[in-house]
Amino acid sequence: MLDYPTLKVIWWLLIGVLLIGFAVMDGHDMGVATLLPFVGRGDTERRVVINTVGPHWDGNQVWFVTGGAALFAAWPLVYATAFSGFYWAMLAVLWALFFRPAGFDYRSKLDSSTWRRAWDWGLFVAGSVPPIIFGVAFGNLLLGVPFSFDGNMVSTYTGSFWQLLNPFALLCGAVSSSMITLHGASYLAHRTEGAIHDRARRAARFFSALLLIAFSVAGIWLASAIDGYAITSTIDPSAPANPIGKTVIREAGAWLGNYRKAPLTLLLPVLVYAGALACVALIGRGRTALAFLASSLAITGVIATAAASMFPFVLPSSSVPGASLTVWDGVSSRLTLSIMLVATLIFIPIIIFYTSWAYRVMAGKVTAAYIRENDHGAY
Amino acid sequence: MGSEHLVELSRLQFAVTALYHFLFVPLTLGMVWLLVVMESVFVMTGKTIYQDMTRFWGKLFGINFALGVTTGLTMEFQFGTNWAYYSHYVGDVFGAPLAFEGLMAFFLESTFIGLFFFGWDRLSKVQHLMVTVLMAVGTNLSALWILIANGWMQHPVGATFNTATMRMELTDFWAVLFNPDAQAKFVHTVSAGYVTGAMFVLSISAWYLLKNRDVEFAKRSFRVAAAFGLASALSVIVLGDESGYTVGEAQQTKMAALEAMWDTRPAPASLTLIGWPNEAQGRADWAIEIPWLLGLIGTRSVDREIPGIHQIKERNRARIVSGIDAVRSLAALRSDPTDAAARASFEQHKSDLGFGLLLRRYVASMDDVTAGDIQKAVDSTVPRVAPMFWSFRVMVALAFLMLALFAMSFWSTLQVERAHKPWLLKWALLMLPAPWIAAEVGWFVAEYGRQPWTIYGVLPTHLSVSTQSIGSLYGSIAGFVGFYTVLLVIEVYLMIRYARQGPGSLGSGRYANEPPAHLSAGAH
Repeated sequence: MLDYPTLKVIWWLLIGVLLIGFAVMDGHDMGVATLLPFVGRGDTERRVVINTVGPHWDGNQVWFVTGGAALFAAWPLVYATAFSGFYWAMLAVLWALFFRPAGFDYRSKLDSSTWRRAWDWGLFVAGSVPPIIFGVAFGNLLLGVPFSFDGNMVSTYTGSFWQLLNPFALLCGAVSSSMITLHGASYLAHRTEGAIHDRARRAARFFSALLLIAFSVAGIWLASAIDGYAITSTIDPSAPANPIGKTVIREAGAWLGNYRKAPLTLLLPVLVYAGALACVALIGRGRTALAFLASSLAITGVIATAAASMFPFVLPSSSVPGASLTVWDGVSSRLTLSIMLVATLIFIPIIIFYTSWAYRVMAGKVTAAYIRENDHGAY
Repeated sequence: MGSEHLVELSRLQFAVTALYHFLFVPLTLGMVWLLVVMESVFVMTGKTIYQDMTRFWGKLFGINFALGVTTGLTMEFQFGTNWAYYSHYVGDVFGAPLAFEGLMAFFLESTFIGLFFFGWDRLSKVQHLMVTVLMAVGTNLSALWILIANGWMQHPVGATFNTATMRMELTDFWAVLFNPDAQAKFVHTVSAGYVTGAMFVLSISAWYLLKNRDVEFAKRSFRVAAAFGLASALSVIVLGDESGYTVGEAQQTKMAALEAMWDTRPAPASLTLIGWPNEAQGRADWAIEIPWLLGLIGTRSVDREIPGIHQIKERNRARIVSGIDAVRSLAALRSDPTDAAARASFEQHKSDLGFGLLLRRYVASMDDVTAGDIQKAVDSTVPRVAPMFWSFRVMVALAFLMLALFAMSFWSTLQVERAHKPWLLKWALLMLPAPWIAAEVGWFVAEYGRQPWTIYGVLPTHLSVSTQSIGSLYGSIAGFVGFYTVLLVIEVYLMIRYARQGPGSLGSGRYANEPPAHLSAGAH
């Protein structure tokens, strides 16, 4: 069994991997759904767009489910505090996601254009709302969230829903939304041809520009005007997970500390620029599979940049900084982390293997002819 | 500690969303194996009609599955949003099975369900069958992990309380995995799911036969469903939940309540077939009892006793009194972890900590506990008898009715030369709602029966909730009820529409009710 501090750091990385897995896998079908009303004109085109992700959206959504469950298992306090504190934001994500399964599965089961158009907008909501809210949530993590614990470790969130919607957090929502939509566009460019492909290419250009602008502004804002958090007491990384009792201060520039300590981490934001620009260039050259890889790297860069800025913080408390949850004290026991590590190392490669197989089976462009031939079977 | 009102509303929301989720899950669990059976016959015989059966019933399966996915998401969110203290207190143990479910089961079923629907033309027959089998395995493994988690709530093994982290922590993963309670629950629940799937196919096929349409298709579907249903109904009854009733105290308490058994009966205990639970007097009036039966079922022996409500309450009283010391010494340890006297006292009373916490519902400090508070806590440890007694009997009665139906349907399918009797077909149609009613009351027996605990003997329900405003709870309950009502109306509408249209909806040209030409051409 690995020692406890190592396990804690590994699980920080693994939660990051699961989050990136979610953003890359579920992200592209959310991006596709966000673009659906705009790149698909008329029912057949929209069905083409939907069927590029039709066989895969359900499997992709499990990255979200498993990410949530892994959070529960590995960081129970983070799961409990964040989900209860962000109550209405979480419900908004959940209720937006309600439109997904029914949107995909029920939309083409009735031959009414009103019905189908309604579900197209339902899919749009299910695809566009969650990334915005996740971005807003990340923005609030960087700002700190007002919560505290009592002596029995009952957490209380003392803010309101509306204060989550502050300008910086909304900007982070724009970063998240544009990276997911860019990703959806590069996937669509890969899986479609003709008019839809061209619209997807234009969307990719637009959203990559938007991503880079929003990401740059957020970065400058974070570096210049947002206080980070730093632990000032000594931390014993092998101690049992107990977030109460440390001292934490808020200070300007604290979120840049890790970049100074480990300059190589500066490559993470660079990855965002490289990925977004390469994505557009590669689509232009018709190398759409590589473009999809590039947009995946841009997503990886955005998430890793945020995580690296905050390490070891996971959920800083703005009202009682000492109650902030960190990699060291918001985690499960050593035994649980060990078992979950073994399970993850065994199953993630298996999942990647059969998911790739599923994509290979369904590979190729989705066309109007395919929709006509599969009128009763396709979405 | 949450206010009573907050706790009630949080429970109501969980009950509504869980019962609603459980409308879709059993059908998924069972129908997926019927699809495997039908497709296997197709692969072995090459008869297209079996492929059509797989595809048509698969279509209905998909309509149901979509809402199963939708409502399952709620369940995962809800532990965090509304049961934050629960999530903190037991997440170290309870979170792991949920994560395993995702990694081992949910990915499998969700990835392969895509290929099940879209892969017909891209996979060989055997490959496609393999996809269907993997989807079925994933679905059922999913149930296994969820019931391992739920089994732990009923019978928490393999974990201990850590005073430094103020939560339960895992000590023995294998004990959680092979929790006998979880195993019994798994067998019972998936069998109930198989019954649901079989009843669904049996009823709708019976309707086609009554209408005398798509007869070959319906007869074959009827036969598969009758055979599968008979085996499943036997399994749900024989291997049922009752084998688990002596596993832990939670199950003993449930057994006493659902038997309206206030006093311990001499071994081997008799079984109350029916009666009228009289809660005020603490006895069952007009009870018809069958000697020996309960003892045999409950303990698989003739000499072990099954405790009654009075005995269970007295046992719990002692634990509550001991629990007061556990809560007190824990508080002392939280302020000074080096306090040796507190440590010794805590270790002595640790196993009763949860029972001490029951008092927190009635009194803020353990120093102010009165005899009245203790009595209230003792009385709260056994759920109300009447709801348990009646819901259990509804479930069992429906199970036997379904068993009889499946047995006769199966017998009827053996009479190759004769058509099914119309009364049998009508009965089969009428019984369509039965498995859902049984499943919902079964959920009620299991979860209401565990009250006042979320984790039996460890964490009381009233401590488990998130700190939320009452207004938030009303808002979210209204939202869930609104969304779920609309979704249910849509789902049932589509289900009825496609069931009415029948296999003609495949557009293969081989069945009645083929879609009109404009539909095949007009969709684009």
